[in-house]
Amino acid sequence: MKHLLPVLTVVIALLAVWYIACIPMNVKEVLTTAERAGVPIDPPSAAERRDMGHLALVLRNTDALGGSWSQDRARLPSPHQITAELWKSTWEEEVNGRRGIVRSGSLSNRSLIYHGWITLSATFVGFLIGAGLGVLLAVGIVHSRVMDMSVMPWAIISQTIPIVALAPMIIVVLYSVGINGLIPKAIISAYLSFFPVVVGMVKGLRAPDHMQLDLLKTYNATKSQTFWKLRLPSSVPYLFTSLKIGIAASLVGAIVGELPVQRGGLGARMLGGSYYGQTEQIWAALFVAAGMAALLVWLIGWLEKRTLTRMGMLT
Amino acid sequence: MKTPVIQAKDLNLTFETNDGPVHALKGVNLDIQQGDFVSFIGPSGCGKTTFLRCIAGLETPTGGSLTVNGMSPDDARKARAYGYVFQAAGLYPWRTIGGNIRLPLEIMGYSKQKQAEQVQRTLELVDLAGFEKKFPWQLSGGMQQRASIARALAFDADILLMDEPFGALDEIVRDHLNAELLKLWDRTGKTVGFVTHSIPEAVFLSTKIVVMSPRPGRITDVIESTLPRERPLEIRDSKEFIEIAHRVREGLKAGSEV
Ligand SMILES: Nc1ncnc2c1ncn2[C@@H]1O[C@H](COP(=O)(O)OP(=O)(O)O)[C@@H](O)[C@H]1O
Ligand SMILES: [Mg+2]
Repeated sequence: MKHLLPVLTVVIALLAVWYIACIPMNVKEVLTTAERAGVPIDPPSAAERRDMGHLALVLRNTDALGGSWSQDRARLPSPHQITAELWKSTWEEEVNGRRGIVRSGSLSNRSLIYHGWITLSATFVGFLIGAGLGVLLAVGIVHSRVMDMSVMPWAIISQTIPIVALAPMIIVVLYSVGINGLIPKAIISAYLSFFPVVVGMVKGLRAPDHMQLDLLKTYNATKSQTFWKLRLPSSVPYLFTSLKIGIAASLVGAIVGELPVQRGGLGARMLGGSYYGQTEQIWAALFVAAGMAALLVWLIGWLEKRTLTRMGMLT
Repeated sequence: MKTPVIQAKDLNLTFETNDGPVHALKGVNLDIQQGDFVSFIGPSGCGKTTFLRCIAGLETPTGGSLTVNGMSPDDARKARAYGYVFQAAGLYPWRTIGGNIRLPLEIMGYSKQKQAEQVQRTLELVDLAGFEKKFPWQLSGGMQQRASIARALAFDADILLMDEPFGALDEIVRDHLNAELLKLWDRTGKTVGFVTHSIPEAVFLSTKIVVMSPRPGRITDVIESTLPRERPLEIRDSKEFIEIAHRVREGLKAGSEV
Protein backbone atom coordinates (compact mmCIF):
# COMPACT_ATOMS: atom_id res chain seq x y z
CA MET A 1 0.00 0.00 0.00
CA LYS A 2 2.93 2.32 0.55
CA HIS A 3 3.37 2.36 -3.23
CA LEU A 4 -0.10 3.81 -3.73
CA LEU A 5 0.81 7.46 -3.39
CA PRO A 6 3.81 7.50 -5.76
CA VAL A 7 1.95 5.40 -8.33
CA LEU A 8 -1.09 7.64 -8.13
CA THR A 9 1.07 10.74 -8.55
CA VAL A 10 2.64 9.33 -11.70
CA VAL A 11 -0.74 8.35 -13.11
CA ILE A 12 -2.17 11.82 -12.49
CA ALA A 13 0.88 13.45 -14.09
CA LEU A 14 0.56 11.20 -17.15
CA LEU A 15 -3.13 11.98 -17.48
CA ALA A 16 -2.42 15.70 -17.26
CA VAL A 17 0.21 15.49 -20.01
CA TRP A 18 -2.20 13.44 -22.09
CA TYR A 19 -5.05 15.95 -21.79
CA ILE A 20 -2.73 18.82 -22.67
CA ALA A 21 -1.30 16.92 -25.63
CA CYS A 22 -4.83 16.43 -27.00
CA ILE A 23 -5.07 20.17 -27.77
CA PRO A 24 -2.27 20.53 -30.38
CA MET A 25 -2.70 16.97 -31.66
CA ASN A 26 -6.36 17.41 -32.54
CA VAL A 27 -6.39 21.15 -33.30
CA LYS A 28 -7.00 20.89 -37.08
CA GLU A 29 -10.02 18.62 -36.86
CA VAL A 30 -11.37 20.55 -33.87
CA LEU A 31 -11.16 23.87 -35.74
CA THR A 32 -12.86 22.40 -38.81
CA THR A 33 -15.70 21.10 -36.68
CA ALA A 34 -15.98 24.47 -34.88
CA GLU A 35 -15.99 26.31 -38.19
CA ARG A 36 -18.90 24.19 -39.42
CA ALA A 37 -20.75 25.13 -36.25
CA GLY A 38 -20.30 28.80 -37.16
CA VAL A 39 -17.41 29.81 -34.92
CA PRO A 40 -15.02 32.30 -36.59
CA ILE A 41 -11.56 30.73 -37.06
CA ASP A 42 -8.24 32.46 -37.69
CA PRO A 43 -7.12 32.05 -40.44
CA PRO A 44 -10.51 31.38 -42.03
CA SER A 45 -9.16 29.49 -45.06
CA ALA A 46 -8.84 25.72 -44.58
CA ALA A 47 -6.07 25.58 -47.22
CA GLU A 48 -4.03 28.11 -45.27
CA ARG A 49 -4.59 26.22 -42.05
CA ARG A 50 -3.36 23.00 -43.57
CA ASP A 51 0.18 24.34 -43.90
CA MET A 52 0.34 25.90 -40.46
CA GLY A 53 1.95 24.43 -37.35
CA HIS A 54 -0.27 22.89 -34.72
CA LEU A 55 0.94 25.12 -31.92
CA ALA A 56 0.44 28.31 -33.93
CA LEU A 57 -3.15 27.29 -34.62
CA VAL A 58 -3.71 26.62 -30.94
CA LEU A 59 -2.33 30.03 -29.97
CA ARG A 60 -4.46 31.92 -32.54
CA ASN A 61 -7.71 30.15 -31.70
CA THR A 62 -7.68 29.78 -27.94
CA ASP A 63 -11.46 30.31 -27.80
CA ALA A 64 -12.42 27.58 -30.27
CA LEU A 65 -10.67 24.59 -28.69
CA GLY A 66 -13.54 23.31 -26.52
CA GLY A 67 -13.89 20.22 -28.68
CA SER A 68 -10.30 19.00 -28.16
CA TRP A 69 -11.41 16.23 -25.82
CA SER A 70 -14.57 15.10 -27.56
CA GLN A 71 -13.56 15.16 -31.21
CA ASP A 72 -14.78 12.17 -33.19
CA ARG A 73 -11.92 10.09 -34.71
CA ALA A 74 -9.42 12.33 -32.97
CA ARG A 75 -5.77 11.80 -33.70
CA LEU A 76 -5.25 11.49 -29.98
CA PRO A 77 -8.47 10.56 -28.23
CA SER A 78 -8.67 11.75 -24.64
CA PRO A 79 -8.51 9.26 -21.75
CA HIS A 80 -12.22 9.58 -20.97
CA GLN A 81 -13.12 8.89 -24.60
CA ILE A 82 -11.02 5.73 -24.46
CA THR A 83 -12.58 4.76 -21.15
CA ALA A 84 -16.02 5.21 -22.69
CA GLU A 85 -14.98 3.08 -25.67
CA LEU A 86 -13.64 0.41 -23.30
CA TRP A 87 -16.93 0.37 -21.41
CA LYS A 88 -18.94 0.33 -24.62
CA SER A 89 -16.98 -2.51 -26.18
CA THR A 90 -17.01 -4.69 -23.08
CA TRP A 91 -19.93 -4.39 -20.67
CA GLU A 92 -22.36 -2.53 -22.96
CA GLU A 93 -21.69 -4.82 -25.89
CA GLU A 94 -21.97 -8.08 -23.97
CA VAL A 95 -24.73 -7.22 -21.51
CA ASN A 96 -26.96 -4.86 -23.47
CA GLY A 97 -25.91 -5.46 -27.08
CA ARG A 98 -27.92 -7.51 -29.54
CA ARG A 99 -24.95 -9.81 -30.19
CA GLY A 100 -23.77 -9.88 -26.58
CA ILE A 101 -23.51 -13.00 -24.47
CA VAL A 102 -26.63 -12.11 -22.48
CA ARG A 103 -28.96 -12.01 -25.50
CA SER A 104 -27.24 -14.32 -27.97
CA GLY A 105 -25.57 -16.80 -25.66
CA SER A 106 -22.12 -16.28 -27.17
CA LEU A 107 -19.56 -13.49 -26.98
CA SER A 108 -20.06 -10.65 -29.46
CA ASN A 109 -17.41 -10.38 -32.17
CA ARG A 110 -17.41 -6.64 -31.53
CA SER A 111 -16.43 -6.90 -27.90
CA LEU A 112 -12.95 -6.67 -26.52
CA ILE A 113 -13.73 -9.57 -24.22
CA TYR A 114 -14.17 -11.76 -27.27
CA HIS A 115 -11.04 -10.45 -28.98
CA GLY A 116 -9.05 -10.43 -25.76
CA TRP A 117 -9.93 -14.07 -25.19
CA ILE A 118 -8.79 -15.02 -28.71
CA THR A 119 -5.45 -13.34 -28.08
CA LEU A 120 -5.15 -14.79 -24.61
CA SER A 121 -5.74 -18.36 -25.72
CA ALA A 122 -3.09 -18.06 -28.43
CA THR A 123 -0.78 -16.50 -25.83
CA PHE A 124 -1.29 -19.38 -23.42
CA VAL A 125 -0.76 -22.10 -26.00
CA GLY A 126 2.27 -20.28 -27.40
CA PHE A 127 3.71 -19.73 -23.95
CA LEU A 128 3.31 -23.38 -23.00
CA ILE A 129 5.03 -24.48 -26.20
CA GLY A 130 7.73 -21.81 -25.90
CA ALA A 131 8.46 -22.33 -22.21
CA GLY A 132 8.41 -26.12 -22.56
CA LEU A 133 10.74 -25.98 -25.55
CA GLY A 134 12.96 -23.47 -23.76
CA VAL A 135 13.35 -25.68 -20.70
CA LEU A 136 14.05 -28.78 -22.81
CA LEU A 137 16.64 -26.97 -24.92
CA ALA A 138 18.30 -25.60 -21.78
CA VAL A 139 18.53 -29.08 -20.27
CA GLY A 140 20.09 -30.32 -23.50
CA ILE A 141 22.50 -27.41 -23.71
CA VAL A 142 23.71 -27.90 -20.14
CA HIS A 143 24.24 -31.63 -20.56
CA SER A 144 25.61 -31.86 -24.07
CA ARG A 145 28.54 -29.92 -25.39
CA VAL A 146 27.40 -30.56 -28.94
CA MET A 147 24.03 -28.97 -28.22
CA ASP A 148 25.69 -26.09 -26.44
CA MET A 149 27.78 -25.37 -29.53
CA SER A 150 25.02 -25.95 -32.07
CA VAL A 151 21.73 -24.79 -30.54
CA MET A 152 22.74 -21.61 -28.78
CA PRO A 153 24.01 -19.71 -31.87
CA TRP A 154 20.82 -20.60 -33.75
CA ALA A 155 18.67 -19.52 -30.86
CA ILE A 156 20.43 -16.17 -30.86
CA ILE A 157 20.18 -15.77 -34.64
CA SER A 158 16.49 -16.64 -34.50
CA GLN A 159 15.89 -13.60 -32.32
CA THR A 160 17.64 -11.18 -34.67
CA ILE A 161 15.05 -11.72 -37.39
CA PRO A 162 12.30 -9.12 -36.98
CA ILE A 163 9.15 -10.96 -35.99
CA VAL A 164 6.91 -8.68 -38.07
CA ALA A 165 8.77 -9.85 -41.17
CA LEU A 166 8.65 -13.48 -40.17
CA ALA A 167 5.05 -13.67 -38.92
CA PRO A 168 3.30 -13.40 -42.32
CA MET A 169 5.63 -16.06 -43.75
CA ILE A 170 4.88 -18.47 -40.93
CA ILE A 171 1.17 -17.89 -41.40
CA VAL A 172 1.27 -18.30 -45.17
CA VAL A 173 3.41 -21.44 -45.01
CA LEU A 174 1.22 -23.04 -42.37
CA TYR A 175 -1.93 -22.02 -44.23
CA SER A 176 -0.66 -23.74 -47.36
CA VAL A 177 -0.41 -27.02 -45.44
CA GLY A 178 -3.87 -26.54 -44.04
CA ILE A 179 -3.05 -25.19 -40.58
CA ASN A 180 -4.78 -21.98 -39.56
CA GLY A 181 -6.56 -20.40 -36.64
CA LEU A 182 -4.90 -20.57 -33.25
CA ILE A 183 -1.86 -22.74 -34.04
CA PRO A 184 0.08 -20.32 -36.32
CA LYS A 185 -0.35 -17.52 -33.79
CA ALA A 186 0.73 -19.81 -30.97
CA ILE A 187 3.85 -20.75 -32.96
CA ILE A 188 4.79 -17.11 -33.46
CA SER A 189 4.15 -16.55 -29.80
CA ALA A 190 6.29 -19.56 -28.87
CA TYR A 191 9.02 -18.29 -31.19
CA LEU A 192 9.29 -15.14 -29.13
CA SER A 193 8.97 -16.72 -25.70
CA PHE A 194 11.31 -19.71 -25.90
CA PHE A 195 14.42 -17.56 -26.07
CA PRO A 196 14.32 -15.82 -22.68
CA VAL A 197 13.40 -19.16 -21.12
CA VAL A 198 16.42 -20.90 -22.71
CA VAL A 199 18.80 -18.17 -21.60
CA GLY A 200 17.44 -17.95 -18.05
CA MET A 201 17.19 -21.69 -17.60
CA VAL A 202 20.73 -22.36 -18.88
CA LYS A 203 21.99 -19.79 -16.42
CA GLY A 204 19.96 -21.35 -13.62
CA LEU A 205 21.04 -24.91 -14.37
CA ARG A 206 24.65 -23.73 -14.36
CA ALA A 207 24.23 -21.75 -11.15
CA PRO A 208 25.61 -24.45 -8.77
CA ASP A 209 29.27 -23.71 -8.05
CA HIS A 210 32.26 -26.08 -8.06
CA MET A 211 31.94 -26.82 -4.40
CA GLN A 212 28.35 -27.97 -4.71
CA LEU A 213 29.18 -30.15 -7.69
CA ASP A 214 32.22 -31.59 -5.87
CA LEU A 215 30.04 -32.42 -2.89
CA LEU A 216 27.79 -34.54 -5.08
CA LYS A 217 30.87 -36.12 -6.59
CA THR A 218 31.98 -37.25 -3.14
CA TYR A 219 28.64 -39.09 -2.90
CA ASN A 220 29.33 -40.57 -6.33
CA ALA A 221 26.01 -39.12 -7.52
CA THR A 222 24.88 -39.82 -11.08
CA LYS A 223 24.24 -37.10 -13.67
CA SER A 224 20.52 -37.46 -13.31
CA GLN A 225 20.72 -37.23 -9.50
CA THR A 226 22.80 -34.09 -9.88
CA PHE A 227 20.14 -32.71 -12.20
CA TRP A 228 17.10 -33.46 -10.06
CA LYS A 229 18.60 -32.73 -6.68
CA LEU A 230 20.87 -29.78 -7.42
CA ARG A 231 20.60 -28.20 -10.86
CA LEU A 232 16.84 -28.12 -11.19
CA PRO A 233 16.06 -26.65 -7.76
CA SER A 234 18.87 -24.10 -8.22
CA SER A 235 17.32 -22.95 -11.48
CA VAL A 236 13.85 -22.21 -10.12
CA PRO A 237 14.39 -18.51 -9.32
CA TYR A 238 16.02 -17.99 -12.74
CA LEU A 239 13.19 -19.87 -14.43
CA PHE A 240 10.52 -17.62 -12.97
CA THR A 241 12.36 -14.46 -13.95
CA SER A 242 12.56 -15.64 -17.54
CA LEU A 243 8.97 -16.89 -17.52
CA LYS A 244 7.87 -13.33 -16.71
CA ILE A 245 9.71 -12.01 -19.75
CA GLY A 246 8.55 -14.99 -21.79
CA ILE A 247 4.85 -14.57 -21.15
CA ALA A 248 4.96 -10.88 -22.05
CA ALA A 249 6.80 -11.81 -25.26
CA SER A 250 4.16 -14.49 -25.91
CA LEU A 251 1.43 -11.86 -25.80
CA VAL A 252 3.31 -9.65 -28.25
CA GLY A 253 3.79 -12.67 -30.52
CA ALA A 254 0.09 -13.51 -30.48
CA ILE A 255 -0.84 -9.92 -31.34
CA VAL A 256 1.70 -9.74 -34.15
CA GLY A 257 0.33 -13.04 -35.46
CA GLU A 258 -3.14 -11.49 -35.60
CA LEU A 259 -2.11 -8.53 -37.72
CA PRO A 260 -1.88 -10.24 -41.13
CA VAL A 261 -5.11 -12.24 -40.75
CA GLN A 262 -8.13 -10.19 -39.83
CA ARG A 263 -9.75 -13.06 -37.98
CA GLY A 264 -10.24 -11.60 -34.55
CA GLY A 265 -7.97 -10.91 -31.61
CA LEU A 266 -6.59 -7.67 -30.21
CA GLY A 267 -4.07 -7.43 -33.05
CA ALA A 268 -6.88 -7.52 -35.58
CA ARG A 269 -8.76 -4.84 -33.62
CA MET A 270 -5.73 -2.57 -33.60
CA LEU A 271 -5.06 -2.91 -37.32
CA GLY A 272 -8.79 -2.71 -38.15
CA GLY A 273 -9.05 0.46 -36.11
CA SER A 274 -6.23 2.05 -38.03
CA TYR A 275 -7.79 1.13 -41.41
CA TYR A 276 -10.95 2.97 -40.52
CA GLY A 277 -9.45 5.80 -38.45
CA GLN A 278 -11.07 4.42 -35.31
CA THR A 279 -8.39 5.68 -32.98
CA GLU A 280 -10.47 5.05 -29.89
CA GLN A 281 -10.74 1.41 -30.91
CA ILE A 282 -6.97 1.15 -31.33
CA TRP A 283 -6.32 2.68 -27.97
CA ALA A 284 -8.95 0.57 -26.23
CA ALA A 285 -7.43 -2.61 -27.68
CA LEU A 286 -4.00 -1.37 -26.68
CA PHE A 287 -5.10 -0.83 -23.10
CA VAL A 288 -6.70 -4.25 -22.90
CA ALA A 289 -3.45 -5.76 -24.20
CA ALA A 290 -1.40 -3.80 -21.66
CA GLY A 291 -3.76 -4.82 -18.88
CA MET A 292 -3.51 -8.45 -19.92
CA ALA A 293 0.29 -8.29 -20.00
CA ALA A 294 0.36 -6.80 -16.51
CA LEU A 295 -2.02 -9.46 -15.26
CA LEU A 296 -0.02 -12.30 -16.80
CA VAL A 297 3.28 -11.04 -15.39
CA TRP A 298 1.65 -10.56 -12.03
CA LEU A 299 0.30 -14.11 -12.18
CA ILE A 300 3.76 -15.54 -12.79
CA GLY A 301 5.13 -13.34 -10.00
CA TRP A 302 2.48 -14.72 -7.67
CA LEU A 303 3.35 -18.29 -8.64
CA GLU A 304 7.02 -17.47 -8.11
CA LYS A 305 6.39 -16.16 -4.63
CA ARG A 306 4.29 -19.17 -3.70
CA THR A 307 6.79 -21.66 -5.09
CA LEU A 308 9.84 -20.04 -3.50
CA THR A 309 8.05 -19.74 -0.17
CA ARG A 310 7.15 -23.40 -0.27
CA MET A 311 10.73 -24.27 -1.19
CA GLY A 312 11.92 -22.23 1.79
CA MET A 313 13.94 -19.91 -0.44
CA LEU A 314 11.97 -16.77 0.32
CA THR A 315 12.62 -15.48 3.81
CA MET B 1 51.35 -53.10 12.59
CA LYS B 2 48.07 -52.59 10.74
CA THR B 3 48.06 -51.36 7.17
CA PRO B 4 47.40 -47.61 7.04
CA VAL B 5 43.96 -46.35 6.06
CA ILE B 6 45.55 -43.70 3.90
CA GLN B 7 49.01 -44.14 2.47
CA ALA B 8 50.84 -41.66 0.24
CA LYS B 9 54.17 -42.58 -1.32
CA ASP B 10 56.24 -39.96 -3.07
CA LEU B 11 53.06 -38.20 -4.17
CA ASN B 12 53.38 -35.42 -6.75
CA LEU B 13 50.80 -33.11 -8.26
CA THR B 14 51.68 -30.42 -10.77
CA PHE B 15 48.98 -28.13 -12.15
CA GLU B 16 49.65 -26.99 -15.68
CA THR B 17 48.54 -23.36 -15.74
CA ASN B 18 48.88 -20.57 -18.28
CA ASP B 19 51.71 -19.13 -16.19
CA GLY B 20 53.60 -22.41 -16.25
CA PRO B 21 53.51 -25.45 -13.96
CA VAL B 22 52.52 -25.10 -10.29
CA HIS B 23 54.01 -27.77 -8.02
CA ALA B 24 51.14 -28.10 -5.58
CA LEU B 25 52.52 -31.30 -4.04
CA LYS B 26 56.02 -32.68 -4.25
CA GLY B 27 57.37 -35.91 -2.78
CA VAL B 28 54.65 -36.30 -0.16
CA ASN B 29 54.98 -39.41 2.04
CA LEU B 30 52.42 -40.02 4.75
CA ASP B 31 50.71 -42.90 6.57
CA ILE B 32 47.42 -42.36 8.36
CA GLN B 33 46.28 -45.15 10.68
CA GLN B 34 42.77 -46.19 11.53
CA GLY B 35 41.32 -43.81 14.13
CA ASP B 36 43.98 -41.11 13.71
CA PHE B 37 43.04 -37.47 13.90
CA VAL B 38 45.44 -35.85 11.46
CA SER B 39 45.73 -32.10 10.99
CA PHE B 40 47.36 -30.48 8.00
CA ILE B 41 48.79 -27.09 8.81
CA GLY B 42 50.78 -24.64 6.77
CA PRO B 43 50.61 -21.26 5.08
CA SER B 44 48.12 -20.59 2.36
CA GLY B 45 49.03 -22.22 -0.97
CA CYS B 46 51.11 -25.07 0.50
CA GLY B 47 48.83 -27.72 -0.96
CA LYS B 48 46.67 -28.66 2.05
CA THR B 49 43.44 -28.51 0.09
CA THR B 50 45.04 -30.21 -2.88
CA PHE B 51 46.26 -33.12 -0.74
CA LEU B 52 42.83 -33.56 0.85
CA ARG B 53 41.19 -33.45 -2.58
CA CYS B 54 43.65 -36.10 -3.80
CA ILE B 55 42.63 -38.37 -0.94
CA ALA B 56 39.00 -37.71 -1.89
CA GLY B 57 39.60 -38.57 -5.54
CA LEU B 58 38.59 -35.06 -6.60
CA GLU B 59 42.08 -34.34 -7.91
CA THR B 60 44.36 -36.76 -9.77
CA PRO B 61 48.02 -36.88 -8.70
CA THR B 62 50.59 -36.65 -11.47
CA GLY B 63 53.05 -38.97 -9.75
CA GLY B 64 53.62 -41.38 -6.87
CA SER B 65 51.00 -43.60 -5.29
CA LEU B 66 48.08 -42.99 -2.99
CA THR B 67 45.74 -45.57 -1.49
CA VAL B 68 42.63 -45.13 0.61
CA ASN B 69 41.37 -48.24 2.40
CA GLY B 70 43.79 -50.14 0.17
CA MET B 71 42.04 -48.86 -2.99
CA SER B 72 42.73 -46.07 -5.42
CA PRO B 73 41.16 -42.80 -4.20
CA ASP B 74 38.67 -42.89 -7.07
CA ASP B 75 37.51 -46.39 -6.18
CA ALA B 76 37.32 -45.34 -2.53
CA ARG B 77 35.16 -42.39 -3.56
CA LYS B 78 32.87 -44.68 -5.51
CA ALA B 79 32.70 -46.98 -2.49
CA ARG B 80 31.69 -43.91 -0.44
CA ALA B 81 34.63 -44.38 1.91
CA TYR B 82 34.65 -40.84 3.29
CA GLY B 83 32.54 -37.83 4.17
CA TYR B 84 33.87 -34.45 3.05
CA VAL B 85 33.25 -31.14 4.81
CA PHE B 86 34.02 -28.01 2.81
CA GLN B 87 35.02 -24.63 4.17
CA ALA B 88 31.56 -23.23 3.45
CA ALA B 89 28.61 -25.18 4.83
CA GLY B 90 27.00 -25.14 1.36
CA LEU B 91 23.61 -26.34 2.59
CA TYR B 92 20.84 -26.35 0.00
CA PRO B 93 18.60 -23.38 0.81
CA TRP B 94 15.54 -25.24 -0.52
CA ARG B 95 16.02 -28.15 1.87
CA THR B 96 15.45 -28.18 5.60
CA ILE B 97 18.34 -29.16 7.88
CA GLY B 98 16.91 -32.67 7.98
CA GLY B 99 16.52 -32.61 4.20
CA ASN B 100 20.13 -31.55 3.75
CA ILE B 101 21.40 -34.38 5.93
CA ARG B 102 19.15 -36.76 4.04
CA LEU B 103 20.69 -35.72 0.69
CA PRO B 104 23.58 -38.23 0.62
CA LEU B 105 21.26 -40.94 1.96
CA GLU B 106 18.78 -40.35 -0.87
CA ILE B 107 21.57 -40.46 -3.42
CA MET B 108 22.97 -43.66 -1.95
CA GLY B 109 19.56 -45.28 -2.00
CA TYR B 110 18.89 -45.76 1.73
CA SER B 111 15.35 -46.83 2.60
CA LYS B 112 12.98 -44.13 3.88
CA GLN B 113 13.03 -45.60 7.36
CA LYS B 114 16.82 -45.92 7.47
CA GLN B 115 17.07 -42.31 6.22
CA ALA B 116 14.92 -41.05 9.08
CA GLU B 117 16.93 -43.03 11.63
CA GLN B 118 20.27 -41.80 10.33
CA VAL B 119 19.09 -38.19 10.23
CA GLN B 120 17.94 -38.37 13.84
CA ARG B 121 21.14 -40.05 14.97
CA THR B 122 23.48 -37.60 13.23
CA LEU B 123 21.45 -34.58 14.33
CA GLU B 124 21.95 -35.71 17.92
CA LEU B 125 25.62 -36.36 17.24
CA VAL B 126 26.19 -32.72 16.25
CA ASP B 127 23.83 -31.39 18.90
CA LEU B 128 21.16 -30.16 16.49
CA ALA B 129 18.25 -32.34 17.61
CA GLY B 130 15.05 -30.33 17.20
CA PHE B 131 16.33 -28.34 14.23
CA GLU B 132 15.37 -30.90 11.61
CA LYS B 133 12.49 -28.86 10.20
CA LYS B 134 14.33 -25.52 10.14
CA PHE B 135 15.69 -24.02 6.95
CA PRO B 136 19.41 -23.12 6.75
CA TRP B 137 18.77 -19.36 6.84
CA GLN B 138 17.14 -19.81 10.23
CA LEU B 139 20.43 -21.09 11.71
CA SER B 140 23.64 -19.31 12.73
CA GLY B 141 26.87 -19.89 10.78
CA GLY B 142 28.19 -22.27 13.44
CA MET B 143 25.00 -24.31 13.43
CA GLN B 144 25.04 -24.46 9.64
CA GLN B 145 28.58 -25.81 9.72
CA ARG B 146 27.52 -28.42 12.29
CA ALA B 147 24.71 -29.43 9.96
CA SER B 148 27.20 -29.82 7.13
CA ILE B 149 29.32 -32.07 9.38
CA ALA B 150 26.20 -34.08 10.14
CA ARG B 151 25.64 -34.41 6.39
CA ALA B 152 29.15 -35.86 6.03
CA LEU B 153 28.58 -38.26 8.93
CA ALA B 154 25.12 -39.42 7.89
CA PHE B 155 26.21 -42.35 5.74
CA ASP B 156 28.67 -43.85 8.20
CA ALA B 157 31.85 -43.56 6.18
CA ASP B 158 34.94 -44.46 8.23
CA ILE B 159 36.89 -41.44 7.09
CA LEU B 160 36.00 -37.80 7.64
CA LEU B 161 37.85 -35.21 5.56
CA MET B 162 37.47 -31.57 6.60
CA ASP B 163 38.91 -28.55 4.79
CA GLU B 164 39.09 -25.60 7.19
CA PRO B 165 35.55 -26.27 8.33
CA PHE B 166 35.66 -23.62 11.06
CA GLY B 167 37.80 -21.09 9.18
CA ALA B 168 34.96 -18.62 8.73
CA LEU B 169 33.69 -18.75 12.31
CA ASP B 170 34.58 -16.56 15.27
CA GLU B 171 36.88 -17.92 17.96
CA ILE B 172 34.29 -18.61 20.67
CA VAL B 173 32.11 -20.66 18.34
CA ARG B 174 35.20 -22.33 17.02
CA ASP B 175 36.42 -23.42 20.46
CA HIS B 176 33.04 -24.87 21.16
CA LEU B 177 32.90 -26.74 17.84
CA ASN B 178 36.45 -28.05 18.34
CA ALA B 179 35.46 -29.56 21.68
CA GLU B 180 32.34 -31.05 20.08
CA LEU B 181 34.36 -32.46 17.20
CA LEU B 182 36.77 -34.18 19.58
CA LYS B 183 33.88 -35.80 21.43
CA LEU B 184 32.38 -36.89 18.18
CA TRP B 185 35.66 -38.38 17.01
CA ASP B 186 36.07 -40.19 20.33
CA ARG B 187 32.56 -41.64 20.14
CA THR B 188 32.65 -42.71 16.50
CA GLY B 189 36.27 -43.81 16.19
CA LYS B 190 36.52 -42.33 12.70
CA THR B 191 39.75 -41.47 10.92
CA VAL B 192 39.84 -37.70 10.45
CA GLY B 193 41.83 -35.55 8.03
CA PHE B 194 41.54 -31.92 9.08
CA VAL B 195 42.96 -28.87 7.29
CA THR B 196 43.57 -25.74 9.35
CA HIS B 197 45.86 -22.78 9.53
CA SER B 198 45.43 -22.32 13.26
CA ILE B 199 48.21 -23.77 15.45
CA PRO B 200 46.13 -24.09 18.66
CA GLU B 201 43.34 -25.78 16.70
CA ALA B 202 45.73 -28.29 15.18
CA VAL B 203 47.41 -29.10 18.49
CA PHE B 204 44.17 -29.32 20.41
CA LEU B 205 42.51 -31.72 17.99
CA SER B 206 45.18 -33.95 16.54
CA THR B 207 46.93 -37.20 17.27
CA LYS B 208 49.22 -36.37 14.36
CA ILE B 209 50.11 -32.93 13.03
CA VAL B 210 51.41 -32.63 9.49
CA VAL B 211 53.33 -29.40 8.91
CA MET B 212 53.51 -28.32 5.28
CA SER B 213 55.28 -25.56 3.36
CA PRO B 214 54.74 -24.03 -0.05
CA ARG B 215 56.53 -23.76 -3.39
CA PRO B 216 56.69 -26.66 -3.90
CA GLY B 217 54.00 -27.94 -1.54
CA ARG B 218 55.59 -30.56 0.72
CA ILE B 219 55.59 -32.01 4.21
CA THR B 220 58.31 -30.57 6.44
CA ASP B 221 57.43 -32.22 9.75
CA VAL B 222 55.08 -34.84 11.17
CA ILE B 223 54.43 -34.48 14.89
CA GLU B 224 52.90 -37.32 16.89
CA SER B 225 50.94 -35.70 19.71
CA THR B 226 51.63 -36.87 23.24
CA LEU B 227 48.41 -35.36 24.60
CA PRO B 228 45.86 -37.78 26.04
CA ARG B 229 42.73 -38.68 24.07
CA GLU B 230 40.56 -36.94 26.66
CA ARG B 231 41.13 -33.21 26.17
CA PRO B 232 39.30 -30.49 28.06
CA LEU B 233 39.66 -26.94 26.66
CA GLU B 234 41.96 -26.09 29.61
CA ILE B 235 44.56 -28.47 28.25
CA ARG B 236 45.63 -25.59 26.04
CA ASP B 237 47.35 -24.00 29.06
CA SER B 238 49.38 -27.13 29.89
CA LYS B 239 53.12 -27.29 29.39
CA GLU B 240 52.83 -30.22 27.02
CA PHE B 241 50.40 -28.39 24.77
CA ILE B 242 52.62 -25.33 24.62
CA GLU B 243 55.64 -27.48 23.77
CA ILE B 244 53.84 -29.15 20.86
CA ALA B 245 52.56 -25.79 19.62
CA HIS B 246 56.14 -24.51 19.79
CA ARG B 247 57.37 -27.40 17.66
CA VAL B 248 54.66 -26.73 15.08
CA ARG B 249 55.61 -23.08 14.98
CA GLU B 250 59.29 -23.99 14.52
CA GLY B 251 58.33 -26.35 11.71
CA LEU B 252 56.35 -23.62 9.97
CA LYS B 253 59.21 -21.17 10.37
CA ALA B 254 61.77 -23.62 9.01
CA GLY B 255 59.54 -24.27 6.01
CA SER B 256 59.23 -20.60 5.17
CA GLU B 257 62.99 -19.98 5.42
CA VAL B 258 63.88 -22.36 2.62
N1 LIG C 1 42.79 -26.27 -9.98
C1 LIG C 1 43.98 -25.64 -9.86
N2 LIG C 1 44.62 -25.21 -10.96
C2 LIG C 1 45.81 -24.58 -10.87
N3 LIG C 1 46.45 -24.36 -9.71
C3 LIG C 1 45.86 -24.76 -8.57
C4 LIG C 1 44.59 -25.42 -8.59
N4 LIG C 1 44.24 -25.71 -7.32
C5 LIG C 1 45.24 -25.25 -6.54
N5 LIG C 1 46.22 -24.68 -7.28
C6 LIG C 1 47.47 -24.12 -6.79
O1 LIG C 1 48.12 -25.11 -6.02
C7 LIG C 1 48.71 -24.56 -4.86
C8 LIG C 1 48.17 -25.21 -3.62
O2 LIG C 1 46.81 -24.83 -3.44
P1 LIG C 1 45.93 -25.31 -2.23
O3 LIG C 1 46.01 -26.78 -2.12
O4 LIG C 1 44.57 -24.75 -2.41
O5 LIG C 1 46.63 -24.64 -0.98
P2 LIG C 1 46.11 -24.46 0.51
O6 LIG C 1 44.83 -25.19 0.65
O7 LIG C 1 47.21 -25.02 1.35
O8 LIG C 1 45.96 -23.00 0.73
C9 LIG C 1 48.44 -23.06 -4.93
O9 LIG C 1 49.58 -22.42 -5.47
C10 LIG C 1 47.29 -22.95 -5.85
O10 LIG C 1 47.32 -21.74 -6.54
MG1 LIG D 1 42.85 -24.47 1.14
